[in-house]
Amino acid sequence: MSHPKEWMSVRPEGLYCSAGDFYVDPVRAVARAVITHGHSDHARPGHGEVIATAETLAIMGVRYGSGFCDRRTPLDYGGVMDMGPAKLSFAPAGHILGSAQAIIAHDGGRIVVSGDYKRRPDPTARAFEAVACDVFVTEATFALPVFRQPSVDAELIKLLTSLALFKDRCHLVGVYSLGKCQRVMMELRRLGYVKPFFVHGALIKMCELYETLGYRLGEIVPVASVEKASLAGEIVLAPPSALSDRWSRNLPNVLTVMASGWMQIRARARQRMVELPLVISDHADWDELIATLKDVGAPEVWITHGREDALTYIAAKLGYRARALSLLGFEEEDGE
Amino acid sequence: MDAFASLLDRLYFTQGNLAKAALVKDYLARTPDPDRGYAVAALAGSLNFAFFKRSTIKEVVDERVDPHLFALSRDYVGETSETVAHIWPENPAAPRLDRLPALHEVIDRFSAATRAEVKEYLVLLLDSATSEQRWALLKLGTGGLRVGISARFMKTILAQFGGKDVSDIEALWHGISPPYEELFAWLEGRGPEPRVNDGLAFHPLMLSHPVEESDLPSIAAGDFAAEWKYDGIRVQLVTRNGSARLYSRNGDNISAAFPELVVQHSGVAALDGELLVKRSGEIGPFNDLQQRLNRKQPSKKLLESHPAHLVVYDMLQDGPDDLRALSFIERRAHLEAWHRARHYDQRLSLSPLLDFTSIASLTDLRARADRSSANYIEGVMLKRKDSPYVAGRPKGHWFKWKRDPLSVDAVLMYAQRGSGKRSSFYSDYTFGLWSDGQLLPIGKAYSGFTDQELRRLDSWIRNNTISQFGPVREVARHLVFEVAFDSVHRSSRHKSGYALRFPRISRIRWDKPAEEADQLSVLQPLVQDSITAGVGSDIQP
Repeated sequence: MSHPKEWMSVRPEGLYCSAGDFYVDPVRAVARAVITHGHSDHARPGHGEVIATAETLAIMGVRYGSGFCDRRTPLDYGGVMDMGPAKLSFAPAGHILGSAQAIIAHDGGRIVVSGDYKRRPDPTARAFEAVACDVFVTEATFALPVFRQPSVDAELIKLLTSLALFKDRCHLVGVYSLGKCQRVMMELRRLGYVKPFFVHGALIKMCELYETLGYRLGEIVPVASVEKASLAGEIVLAPPSALSDRWSRNLPNVLTVMASGWMQIRARARQRMVELPLVISDHADWDELIATLKDVGAPEVWITHGREDALTYIAAKLGYRARALSLLGFEEEDGE
Repeated sequence: MDAFASLLDRLYFTQGNLAKAALVKDYLARTPDPDRGYAVAALAGSLNFAFFKRSTIKEVVDERVDPHLFALSRDYVGETSETVAHIWPENPAAPRLDRLPALHEVIDRFSAATRAEVKEYLVLLLDSATSEQRWALLKLGTGGLRVGISARFMKTILAQFGGKDVSDIEALWHGISPPYEELFAWLEGRGPEPRVNDGLAFHPLMLSHPVEESDLPSIAAGDFAAEWKYDGIRVQLVTRNGSARLYSRNGDNISAAFPELVVQHSGVAALDGELLVKRSGEIGPFNDLQQRLNRKQPSKKLLESHPAHLVVYDMLQDGPDDLRALSFIERRAHLEAWHRARHYDQRLSLSPLLDFTSIASLTDLRARADRSSANYIEGVMLKRKDSPYVAGRPKGHWFKWKRDPLSVDAVLMYAQRGSGKRSSFYSDYTFGLWSDGQLLPIGKAYSGFTDQELRRLDSWIRNNTISQFGPVREVARHLVFEVAFDSVHRSSRHKSGYALRFPRISRIRWDKPAEEADQLSVLQPLVQDSITAGVGSDIQP
């Protein structure tokens, strides 16, 4: 048997598998890329061949146009694909629609590159599955013990309560256009919210894709198509960058809401002038990260991006060999 | 205290006073006594004790959390209370309350507890609370609530809550104490107005209007008395047989901060005046007074280097007599007699009446209130001789006529987004003056322009941005502002070495090339430091 460190390495392009001659989530254009999910820091245009779930390929098509790569190779969860002598398969990561952990097996060794993941239920993403392996590659976006997320229901009830209390205020909710937007919509429907969602133009195409794939988001109305004054007391969704910019100026009596894991940090919410921060994250929080290390049980843990100091420290305390890969090019802070 | 915790949480994030006031009023309406009274005290800063020290928090968290992880988290969050609130780990083995106790119970328990009991109770509460509640508890317990509610604002909210006038609240505020049950009974129409009868009551102040061009013709010299307008803070000194109390203009008791003014005044009196500070025997500018403001208990050294001085200009109570219905001239006679009996007191002086016979001589007086001759004077006051002392801002009685502001032409350097209604506009501006071909920032302003001008500035800034750091944009050095300000002081906090007082934008010079803006050196001769204070003898009160 050979250990994955023999055939996996970090190159300027990203994490590279020499056994199969491909990259996972490369930050530069490469000949052959395995893409874990559609967020723009993981899925970039311009590669030769892209291997990803059908959903991720569809998302990339919506984002970058149909020519985002030369060849698309879909791979289902559970399916296995030969990559030279290595074998590639996908397991759900629970992060967003189509997100996958890349499982690479070669010569008796196995590594799982989990991409971004979370352990909480999400109606738009298949739940994370723990896969036994020799090396587990994990993100560390929220790897500090201060990041402990409340339940989604508790957060969304804050929004519904505020809508009841401030009936004349337009509740402008900042959401990332891929994943967070549709998850928040579906969760609100589950909680019984039946009025239309009014949306910023930048969110429309992605919502249409989700609808096409069978996710029922309910009635969605572009903000541009209605009288602004009629939006008092309604939910308007927009990408975070539009929250306090010219676009939102004509909305009536705006109450700024933002749904993001970063909203846990008060100063960060206030800096963005968010009046109602909702701590809703698509990443694993501290407790989930630790639970995942234990569930997967890999003797060795590689940490890609985020607050790797604390995760390296706790992994070592729990008896795992941990090292930070210091991959560059992944969104810090306000990215998806 | 769960209702109080969620109130604090909402207040922390809410922008705008209207919305903040709505949240507080909603809380007051839903919360029984005595909790709401304690909440008011905590928010208004009149709950004058801390439940526990920061070091106690550190001790209890060290017993629960790995210190290395705590340090990494603290560095990331930037603040201890919030870090503890988030990081506090559940301990299934520890005792837990089903729900948090009422606010008054928390306050009672902490104030009666020994050191060891404080720790134990704090841990019990932390174990029983959510992250948001832990944060509120730690903020409350260390007396560090910063949610944008000042004492003054709280009084306004209480007045709105009870449909009263804010001056009514101010008049009795110092005489009541948490949990304010009598006050709420009155505000809700269930009881009489609380009686404040310690004999040292605050009398709400009479305020003036700025002089408008159109007011000048109606000001007949014979009907008005003129005085200097002092650049200090308005205070009221109330004395009763050896004891005394000093109030700020809003009725806050500030005696402890100015102990040298509240000792050993004989007789019963209420005086209206201006608080200033002396340096080496001379009255200094506002900058000197600044050293004493916001210090609840001045050090002995500061008391010696910056002793307080009171210039008295009105009298509301003299012995048993309430003077407020009398005319200004009649009250003045009482004041002069009171002061004559205390002329030896170096801490007091009488505001002199100024001679003027016409608008022209008044203009002349105002011009004399310039910066070089007496830097603690900022203009003239005009008071109708027959005016009674009426609380509030009655029309036509008192006028203030401030000297013209100073101004410089400065170049816009940075712009920052505003808040509330202005959150989508770049409305806060940092500007600088030239020094050796470089611009050095001298101040920041966010007023003085119309909404229309703001829209034009906003789009100019977006089109001339060089770089962006969070909510701040650095702009090309092209746009000149004429900046008005009241005075300039040396400051080690700014790279330029100067700080402006009340800077505002008086004109936007779209026409003026940035190279023609002023040099930093123009500020030098305008500086007001106490050393430059040569006081004109006719201005000395």
